[in-house]
Amino acid sequence: MSAAASWTRVSAVAAKDLTAERRAKANIVAVTSLGALTLLVFGFAIGPDVATLRTAAAGILWLSVLFSGVLVFHRSYQIELDGGALETLLLYPGERWEIFAGKLLANLCIVLLVEAIVIPVALVLYHVSVPDTWPALLAVIMLGTLGFVTLGTFYSAMASRTRSREVLLPLLLFPMLVPVLLAATEGSASYLVGNAMGDAGAWLRLLVVFDVIFLLGALLVFEHIIEA
Amino acid sequence: MSLAAPISSSVRESASQPAGSAISLVEITRRFGHKWALRGIELDVAYGDLVVIQGHNGGGKSTLLRVIATAVQPTGGNGHVLGKDLRREASEIRAESALLGTANGLYEDLSATENLLFAARMLGVRQPAEQVVKALAQVGLANDADERVRGYSSGMQRRLALARLLLQEPKLLLLDEPFNTLDADGTALVHQFMASTRERGGAVVVVLHDLARLSVAPSATYTMTMGRLA
Repeated sequence: MSAAASWTRVSAVAAKDLTAERRAKANIVAVTSLGALTLLVFGFAIGPDVATLRTAAAGILWLSVLFSGVLVFHRSYQIELDGGALETLLLYPGERWEIFAGKLLANLCIVLLVEAIVIPVALVLYHVSVPDTWPALLAVIMLGTLGFVTLGTFYSAMASRTRSREVLLPLLLFPMLVPVLLAATEGSASYLVGNAMGDAGAWLRLLVVFDVIFLLGALLVFEHIIEA
Repeated sequence: MSLAAPISSSVRESASQPAGSAISLVEITRRFGHKWALRGIELDVAYGDLVVIQGHNGGGKSTLLRVIATAVQPTGGNGHVLGKDLRREASEIRAESALLGTANGLYEDLSATENLLFAARMLGVRQPAEQVVKALAQVGLANDADERVRGYSSGMQRRLALARLLLQEPKLLLLDEPFNTLDADGTALVHQFMASTRERGGAVVVVLHDLARLSVAPSATYTMTMGRLA
């Protein structure tokens, strides 16, 4: 199987998912609104103390991305199940990992779009300014998002083969996300509110390791879980 | 739309056919949970054959088609489809066979053209845009090509699913109740597609409740009952 043929299939799956998502505008609006509302509600729960809000900003930002992302991942396979398209998708020639990679690419684009909207909202609501080290912060966000979306796309595929997929997805996903969420939150907090312990770089490297492991693992195992 | 005349019985002799069987299944079983959907299926289909499988609902007909198409793996037994091993060469089988299931497998938020372009890219079709236009014209959907599938009638959706198979020119055509929701023109299209597949030397397996809807005599007819083929 040539690399060009694989890329054609990966990009076809990604383009198809993104087109379907673009057409269903209500879904992307709902996902983004949930992210913004999560930030708002947690903000009220924490209270008006600016120092506390700043300290909590990174963690709550990642939680808002987490809750929004679950809706994105669920929708990713729902469009295959609606018209009985999953079986047709699996009957195309080629490798199964190409389907996973296409879906991962589409979900990555959607989650990054959500982040592009909720991050500025978080900066305003939690009284946080953009740090001078913003390129490093951006790297943490990108790596954290990649790990999060990799696991989300993988576990939503697994959940899609079951009847109680809506309930099962967060139950499977959230425990597995703990390492990525911890590294992303701590890394983001280090750059947003100061790197008191000098360990920001360590969290960044840890995210790289998690991403490589999760990505390779998901690509290798996807075939078995989607055919189960 | 051009409709072919019913295929003659000489098709099997005149078409260039590879050696061996198109389908050869030995003791195939498939279990879903505690229920056995297929029990010791033995099936041999030659190239050029048109085989009909009948039977009551829940008898295992659709599962058998899905096993042959490699959509599901058999629990036990072994087999070859188009000369390829059913378990180890599933991807190669998928490249040369096409299944039209009871569900149409379409994306409702995409247009007919977008659905077929996606299929063409997944299938590795050369000059996909031209082939898509041609396939849509063949199934009579050229004027509705840019409409979203969500607005299509069930018959139009079935035609579009059929157009997806036209992109492929498969050696093995697997059809599960293909005439469902189709009008007379649509039914003729299915017959034309079955005939052209056989003319190319390919084989056709159809799951059908009403044999009277076939315009040609099948090469063989089997009945499935409780997962067994007779």
